[in-house]
Amino acid sequence: MSTGEPLLTIDGLSVSLPGPAGPVPVIKQLDLRVDAGEIVGIAGESGSGKSLTALTLLNLLPPGAVVGGSIRFDGQDLLSLDRRGWQGVRGSGISMVFQDSTAALHPMLTIGRQLTEHIRAGLGLGRAAARTRATELLDQMRIPHPDRALRAYPHQFSGGMRQRVAIAIALACRPRLLIADEPTTALDVTVQAGILALLEEQRRESGLAVLFITHDLGVLSALTRRAYIFYAGRVMESGGTADLLTAPAHPYTAALLGARPHGLSAQRTLRAIPGAPVLPDQLLPGCPFEPRCTFAEDSCRSGPPPQVPTTSGRTLACVVAPDLTGEPVVNR
Amino acid sequence: MTALTIEQVEVSYRARGRGSVRAVAGVDLQVAAGEVVGLVGESGCGKSSLARVAAGLTAPTAGRILIGDTPVAPVGWRRRPAALTRLQMIFQDPGGSLNPRRTIESQLLDGIPADLTGSARTERLVQLLERVGMSDDARRHYPHQFSGGQRQRLAIARALATEPEIIIADEPVTALDASAQAQVVSLLLSLVRELDVGLLFISHDLALVHEIADRTAVMYLGKIVEQAPTRALMAAPRHPYTRALVEAIPQISAHPNLPNVLRGEVPDPAQVPSGCRFRPRCAHARAICLTEPQLREVPGGLVSCHRVEEIAAENGVTELSVAKRSVTESSVTGEIAMEASE
Repeated sequence: MSTGEPLLTIDGLSVSLPGPAGPVPVIKQLDLRVDAGEIVGIAGESGSGKSLTALTLLNLLPPGAVVGGSIRFDGQDLLSLDRRGWQGVRGSGISMVFQDSTAALHPMLTIGRQLTEHIRAGLGLGRAAARTRATELLDQMRIPHPDRALRAYPHQFSGGMRQRVAIAIALACRPRLLIADEPTTALDVTVQAGILALLEEQRRESGLAVLFITHDLGVLSALTRRAYIFYAGRVMESGGTADLLTAPAHPYTAALLGARPHGLSAQRTLRAIPGAPVLPDQLLPGCPFEPRCTFAEDSCRSGPPPQVPTTSGRTLACVVAPDLTGEPVVNR
Repeated sequence: MTALTIEQVEVSYRARGRGSVRAVAGVDLQVAAGEVVGLVGESGCGKSSLARVAAGLTAPTAGRILIGDTPVAPVGWRRRPAALTRLQMIFQDPGGSLNPRRTIESQLLDGIPADLTGSARTERLVQLLERVGMSDDARRHYPHQFSGGQRQRLAIARALATEPEIIIADEPVTALDASAQAQVVSLLLSLVRELDVGLLFISHDLALVHEIADRTAVMYLGKIVEQAPTRALMAAPRHPYTRALVEAIPQISAHPNLPNVLRGEVPDPAQVPSGCRFRPRCAHARAICLTEPQLREVPGGLVSCHRVEEIAAENGVTELSVAKRSVTESSVTGEIAMEASE
């Protein structure tokens, strides 16, 4: 990889899935970048295209999906890869952890079997060497008694432990990028804290880059330095996480923050976002958030808002926000 | 008036090869009419077992449950006495609690008391839908035609149909999006206040409980370790376990830190540690903790910890302030020394 080039660059990505009335666009004009050794967040409501973006990066989309734009990973153009090419990327280049660790692990095979199978296939190690590597991985994941754990079945572990095993499998072939799709959503806060610490440790010690998908803005704030706020298959706002969450410029980011329980801050009523997210087959000519937005103007309905860079280093897709929040736009 | 009284309740399960597991090991809890009581704790702490017993879905091994002054008998094969419909339950998965093959109308009508007849029933039905913010034509639809948040609101409407005095909600919004969570939580809160219903709100999400509950009980391995008015509990947790739970909530901040990691895992309920059950994971454990602490009164709440006063003195401050939270101990699991950046 040439220096200076990001590890992952998504440029103008669009994804359409087949629907009863022709293809339905679910991701529209997505630009996203992940540098090596960086933890980047994606946040948004369900149906905003977060998980679909992850699946696109591993070529796991359902049959009939149409993908446009470009995805460059580690100097390769992912969208031009054939079956063999993808095998070289999955696992050792990009790997993924899902929300439901129970479904990610085979219930009838031991942890050791699932882990070593992956290591032997990906790294080409022998049985004994693979076993050593597996023990080492479980130890890194802070699973007590790794030797014993290798002989155990998934149901013998708690949810948090299973998720650690799933992460161990994902990291087995030393990928450069880990996609974590809501890996802690089903877990207790105490267990979640452990998983977040683990990911940060992997980033610091092995230079792992992580694309972390979540709907919990607290997690987003704690773990990621840069983030993308998704809505209806588009990026509404992106930039430094602390920046986005403490001074949101886009009305949607602000609305998401308002709907969130504030933990330790003063008790108050949660503000739900009015209405429901637009469905992918509801084609709106303008901004997808316009029907739910309290600041919507006529200009919001005329066309999709362009993504414009602001002086604080963000990208913002909103026509009214610059005037609303005083966020100055570059080259307006 | 106390709507729900849980008295010295114990629940044991017999597990093959593990002997008897005490999922709930003696819990006392009251919910007054018009009050929201939060029950929090990690998975496996016995919250749901307690909820099921309180709702009469399983029989307690010891102790008793009262709705108003009437003891709850466990649900049997025979029809439940009408009086016991005074308690309703809302579950985590509304997809599972609504019948997929019946319209909303037919399911809601089931719950409306039989003494309402004719057009009064339909009127009540429309009223219920309106109350949970659903439009009138929802009645003709089937559960799958709604989103998760809407389904949960319909499940609430169904619970309200019997005009209950107490609602037990077991993780009612865990499966929903933040925005849908906000809708359902504000709905529950307004219903409790308007209808003077008692609500036992069970969740593993402290931040959420903080938004809704007047009083909160923290459960660990089958026992309540702390109980206090929610605000005080969150701002100045006394029990080390409560403190660990509160500190594990990721916060939005301009200078973010990773949340604190609590060492170890919840032990197997079949092998409860001797003495204080939190002892193996507690950073403040001393020799005295080898004897089991009792839930005792402290100013503004109940705590079961021998060393509450000493810990408060050691920390110097009792108020836990997010902005000034300074984490210097490196935790066993994370081993990330996090410096407070403020």
